[in-house]
This record gives sequence, structure tokens and C-alpha cells, in this order.
Amino acid sequence: MRTLALSDEILMKVDKAARYIGGEVNSVMKDKNNVDIRFAMCFPDVYEIGMSNLGMMILYNMFNEREDVWCERVFSPWMDLDKIMREEHVPLFALESQEPVKEFDFLGITLGYEMCYTNVLQVLDLSHVSLLAKDRKEDDPIVIGGGACAYNPEPIADFFDMFYIGEGETVYDALFDAYKANKAAGGSRADFLFAASQIPGIYVPSLYNVTYKKDGTIASFTPAKEGVPEKVCKQLITDVTKDYRAIKAPVVPFIKATQDRVTLEIQRGCIRGCRFCQAGMIYRPTRERNVENLKASAREMLQNTGHEEISLSSLSSSDYSELKELVNFLIEEFHGNAVNISLPSLRIDAFALDVMSKVQDVKKSSLTFAPEAGSQRLRNVINKGLTEEVILHGAGEAFKGGWNQVKLYFMLGLPTETEEDMKGIAHLAQKIAETYYEEVPKEQRKGKVQVNVSTSFFVPKPFTPFQWAGMYREEDFVEKAKVVKNEIRAQVNQRSIRYSWHEPDVTILEGFLARGDRRCAQVILKAYEKGAIYDAWSESFDYHIWKEAFAETNTDIDFYTLRERSTEEILPWDFIDAGVTKKFLIHEWEQAKKETVTPNCRQKCSGCGAMRYGGGVCYEGKN
Amino acid sequence: MKVRIKFSKEGPVKFVGHLDTMRYFQKAIRRANLPVAFSGGFSPHMIMSFAAPLGVGTESLGEYFDLELTETVPTSEITRRLDAVMVEGVRVISTRQVEDGKAGKAMSLVAAADYYVEFRPGKEPEISWKDKINDFLAQPEIKVMKKTKRSEKEIDIRPFIYKMELQGDKIFMMLASASANYTKPELVTDTFFAWLGAELPDFAYTIKRLEVYADKGTEDNHKFVTLESLGEEVE
Repeated sequence: MRTLALSDEILMKVDKAARYIGGEVNSVMKDKNNVDIRFAMCFPDVYEIGMSNLGMMILYNMFNEREDVWCERVFSPWMDLDKIMREEHVPLFALESQEPVKEFDFLGITLGYEMCYTNVLQVLDLSHVSLLAKDRKEDDPIVIGGGACAYNPEPIADFFDMFYIGEGETVYDALFDAYKANKAAGGSRADFLFAASQIPGIYVPSLYNVTYKKDGTIASFTPAKEGVPEKVCKQLITDVTKDYRAIKAPVVPFIKATQDRVTLEIQRGCIRGCRFCQAGMIYRPTRERNVENLKASAREMLQNTGHEEISLSSLSSSDYSELKELVNFLIEEFHGNAVNISLPSLRIDAFALDVMSKVQDVKKSSLTFAPEAGSQRLRNVINKGLTEEVILHGAGEAFKGGWNQVKLYFMLGLPTETEEDMKGIAHLAQKIAETYYEEVPKEQRKGKVQVNVSTSFFVPKPFTPFQWAGMYREEDFVEKAKVVKNEIRAQVNQRSIRYSWHEPDVTILEGFLARGDRRCAQVILKAYEKGAIYDAWSESFDYHIWKEAFAETNTDIDFYTLRERSTEEILPWDFIDAGVTKKFLIHEWEQAKKETVTPNCRQKCSGCGAMRYGGGVCYEGKN
Repeated sequence: MKVRIKFSKEGPVKFVGHLDTMRYFQKAIRRANLPVAFSGGFSPHMIMSFAAPLGVGTESLGEYFDLELTETVPTSEITRRLDAVMVEGVRVISTRQVEDGKAGKAMSLVAAADYYVEFRPGKEPEISWKDKINDFLAQPEIKVMKKTKRSEKEIDIRPFIYKMELQGDKIFMMLASASANYTKPELVTDTFFAWLGAELPDFAYTIKRLEVYADKGTEDNHKFVTLESLGEEVE
């Protein structure tokens, strides 16, 4: 039986001890003496969140298919255990072997959202690995970052030895082989970093120099050594039918994870091109998985996990060409066996309503629309092709089908936004409420209609057409939410409309971290030293600490958040080639200002640049 | 077909709580492809019932749950199929067919349970205690303060201690575990050592449950039988 890293005494003291014991169904055990590379795969948040991450599970399975690699999992200890580990100097360990992370060859950290950055430092700190890459010794693990936030790795560049830009399936094998070759040749850590920089998609920050202009913008970003590539190119799998590394047996947590279900990834990328959406740009081109493979995969994963639910994962499920076939299969095959079928990101239309009425309890569920902006004008600016007519028609059909709850998601603070756009949110909610009373005769109504309006504040992200846009001040954001709130209060059916909004302080910090440069690392480090941790959790997020960190490091947050950038400026992430060209992004930024809509990838190719990957939607119907 | 399944839970999995252990078995039953019966409705659940919840941190060699199947499967095959999909530390020991209906429900049958209490290395108090167990039990009453949500009251736990003796270095106990009459091994152990005037440090001992019993006798004349023995093997 495995021996745990933590004593019974500690485990009896902490909440949800099963987070730390490993040994779950389908977790992979190997003999450490029979592998060449030990990889600690970390999601820097609590176990239940990390275990819900699909990307991490794909890589875990893929790495462990290699006989010479043993990949184990690491998560952020929750705050209660964090405190005990610091007091008692217990090093952070991987779940499978329960052995210290410091003994591993690699520590891979998934960067899913900016607000996890202080937890990255927590993981390094608790692992007894130097926070700054430059201080690491020969025997320390190679710390590598990947995931969505790696598309602007600069604010955390000082903490990492390297980053992986793109989809992990592609060049990790080459990286492992280079690591083994370097070890066999007796090469140093520095030798390996250089060798890694030669692999497409691998970015080694220490091999690049940045200089700044007087105004604080970047003057130059250049390789520090001959042979280091100027650009780092995003890696992705072109053929998701042939090269997709399907998970056969996902790990099944003992405790209830946030996603306590089988996740079936049906496609990557999105054809829509919403101008605020980073995922819609960086995962281009859209690539669909083969429906027969998906059916087999669904069957296999349900069998191997025993999960009672399966969920489709994609940025926009309704755009998957064979959705009908897939969903009908899932219902016929599994619904009778008490397997729930969860269909997020479905556009509300006749098909969606029909399917949803089969798989969920209409009385208890609610419909979700994401118009993102309150007026058609602003929806044109952001290229969100959802019209009021479509929303009202969808809602009307849903009401007739028995639903009476609707969720609406919007963003405030989008580029070019006016007061009319904000008020439009209230007006749209009102029209939906009216639709209910128009479409459903009195005797068929089951209580009041409930329209839940939720707004978040817009954060410009790298590699989107809005990457140059300015953000607002905290008080401006609050003012915007008030405009919406007051306008909702003024509606006839205001009692059927509920409004909630996110706090603006997290948004501003997220904006800083999303578009920061290398100098931002000192702010993150300072905030961490002052106690910032679990910033993604409202219960532990403390903006006050961050404000002090900005002051103590003489960093002007406004420079990063408020400023609209010129398209001439060198942006911190410009050295990355993410597939979409800067020319395309600039054109889209201009089209946005002209309130002009760009057609989606299936309607017309807009020449974004992703075609050179040689696959996906760009070649549909051309083979 | 209603079956009673006996399993053990040892090692790191002792930190998996009762509700999560139930969830674990629900998924395991699906992996084992057993023809399990579901309740109706939009969120159907398996018709299963656990005998006695086990606290986090406690190991056990004798845990039980009842499960409703839609067709008859040989009990040895159920044991084999379910045991094949377990994790390290959990073993499926036996399967028995039991009578249908509420009266036969595992939870309502529970009357007593066996435990081992064992000191962790270096945590045993340095007093002579091993020969004092009989004196402890010879008391007409063993009064302890029992805290409830509303009040605190004094109760006598002596009637709930059916057996208590030294077995090697361990204390063996058979305690009442019915929903109305019950006491816990921690309470008995702490009370015993407090009676001896010894204060135990935190986490001084581990507890392992060994077996769970139903009572086929009367209040005055108990006849304890294991939950397993109430069922039959079916070919």
C-alpha cells in the first residue's frame, strides 16, 4: 500500500483530506526506477478545480503512454494545508508517488487564467523550488508553463524556465527526447534550455532581451543568443481525427470535482470570430473531430469511469457539423442507462429545445443566451452575430415549451460602448419578459417568468482585435453597472428581472496581468510575499494587498490597463506567432470601430492567417 | 434481486468520507456493468443503502451496503466483477442475496459492531492499563457527559459495551451501534483512560472497524449475527 506524504494527524486536521491522497480510479502508478523522466503536472488551484481541466488530463494520459515517462499530478494545497505545510516545512508532493516535486525532472504548470499567478508562486514555494528561474540549480525541476495564458507569458516569464505555446499534443515528445539526449550527453541545465529553444513552440524567456522606451513601451525584443529563433510559433494538431490523443480512462476523483462527468471534446477552435474572445482567435483554425470516433470515445470513457454524466466540450457546440447525429446517439445509447447528457454552449433553436426537453427537467432548468452586448450596434462592434430577433424567437419557443427561466450574459466596458448600449441590456431583458406573457396564455403559465441578467466587465486579451483597447477605472465600471441597474428598475416587468454583476477590482487586476510585460513579475512577486494567494477565489482575493504591491514596486497599473495602444507599438506578446496575423487583427480592430460585421469562417474566409496550418475549417469542402 | 455487499477499506482510502464512498461505489457498479435498479424521474439514482457510516480516518474490514438489481446474477460473480474494478485499499469480500422490503434494510438492522483500538507508535501512555480493563467493566455504571446540539446530559455507556478485552497490543471492543442505542470506540477509549487518570495526546490511537452485526435475539438475550450471514449465496 502507498505511504502518504502527509501524516494522519495533518490529514485529520484539514478539510477534504481525500484531495491529497491520490490513488483514484485510473490514476497511473509506475516504478520510478523504470522511467527516465518524472513529470509533475500541476494545475495551480484546488484539486476539485484542477481535476476538471481537460487539457491537463489529455497530457497526463499522453505522457503516461510513454514507457520512459511517469507523469503525476500536483494541485495547490487549500489554504488550511498551505499554512500547515509552511509551519512544518512539509514539501509539496505529487499525488501518485506522494514524493516531493523537487525530485522531479519537470514541473509543468497549466495556466488557465491570470488570477492563478500567485498560486504558481505558492506551488514553487511549497515545492522548495526557487521562485525565480535564474536562481534555480542544476538539479531543480525544469519549470514549464502552458495553456491559454502562455499566449502572453511575459508577466510570469521570470518564474518559468520555458513555456509551451499551443496544443500540448504536438512537440512534448520532441522536448522529452531532447531532455534525455542532453542528460545522456552530460549537458547542463543551460544546454537543455538552449536545445529546447530550437523546438518549435517552445519559448525560453531567459534567451531573449527586452529594452524599453522612455514612455515605458517596449523598444526592442530580441534573442539574446545566436540561433535562438526570433518568433515562437504556436503548435497545434492539424488533423484531429488522425492525431487526437483521445483519453481512454480519465482519473475519477474520490471527492466531487467541479466537472464530475465525462468530458467529450468535439472540436477545437470556433468559426465565429467574436472580437473580444481570445479562445476564438488562438485556437484557430476550427477543427472538428470525427463523429464515429466521438461515439466510440464516449462509450469507452463512460465504461472506464462509471460517471453518470457526459458533457460535450467546445467553444460553440452548435457549429459542430454532426451535432444532431452525435446528440441523438448519446440520448439513444445512454439516456436509458441513467446517464445525464449535458449540452453547454448550445445556441437556442428548435433542435436545441427539442434535445433539452429530452435530457433535462424543463421546470427546473434555465435557458442561457449570451448576447454579450445590449444593442445591435455594439453587437456589431464585437462581431457577435446574435440578433434581438433570434433571441426573442428562441425565448418565445422555449416559453411555449415550458421553460420560464432565462439567463442572459453581457459584458460592460466594451470598446465604443455608450449609455444607450448599457440601457439596451435592460430593454432586451424587458422584451424577453414581455415575450413570455405574449406567447404563453394565462392558464398555461407556471408562475412568473424569471430573467436573470448578469454582467461582467470586459478585459482586453492578447491576440484579439481588442488587444489595443483601453479599459476603464474601477469607479467607471461601477457607474456602468449602476446605469444598467437603474434602467432595469425602470422597466415594466422589473420584478421578473434579476441583475447581478461581478466586482470590478478583480477585472482590473486581470486586465493588468493579461497584457502585462516582464516588469509585472515584480508586482506579482511582491503581492505573493505580502500574502496574496487564491486570487481567483472571492473569499481570499484581497485587492488591498495588490494596491500595496503596485505602490511598493513603483508600478503604474493605469499604464497597463487604461491606455489604448497604438497598432505601431511593440506588444509584449508580439514575438509569438499565434496563427492569426497582426494584419488581420488590425483590420478587425478597424472593422469594429466601423461597426462592421465579419462573416464566420464557414460563410467566407477572412484570411486570418490560420490557413497555413493546413487543416480544419479552412479546407472544408476542398478535399 | 436484492444483494448485500461486504467490503473492506484500508490504507489511504480511509480518508474518503462516507458520502464520497457512496459515490465511489455508484461509479464502480457502473464500471462492473451490474444490472442495477434505478429510481425514476429526471435524476434517477441507484437503489442502494449503506449499513453504517464510517468516519473519515477509520479503516474497516467489514462494511456493508445493499443494492437492488433488476435481474438475478450469481453472487460470486457480483463479488468478482465488483472487486475487479476497485482501487487500492478497497476489496469486495462477499455478496449475499437478502430478502426484499424495508424490514431487511441494512441500516435498520445494525445493532452492534466490533472494533480494534491500537496506539500509534510512541503514543501509548506510560501507565499500566492492560490489566485494568476488567475493573473498568466491573463498574455498575460508566457515566459520561454527552453533548447534543441543544444540551449536555449525563449518560451511562456501560450497557453499550458488549465486550472489551486486550487482544495482543490492541483493545478489542464490541459496542452497541443501533440508531437508538450506541456508543463510539473513541468515547469508550477516552473514558477508560480518563478513569485511569491518564490523559491521551491527540491522535494517540487508530480505530479499525472489524464487523457489523444484527441482533436476532431480544433486549435481554442478544443473539448477534453478522449482516453477511443474514443472506445467502446464489448460483
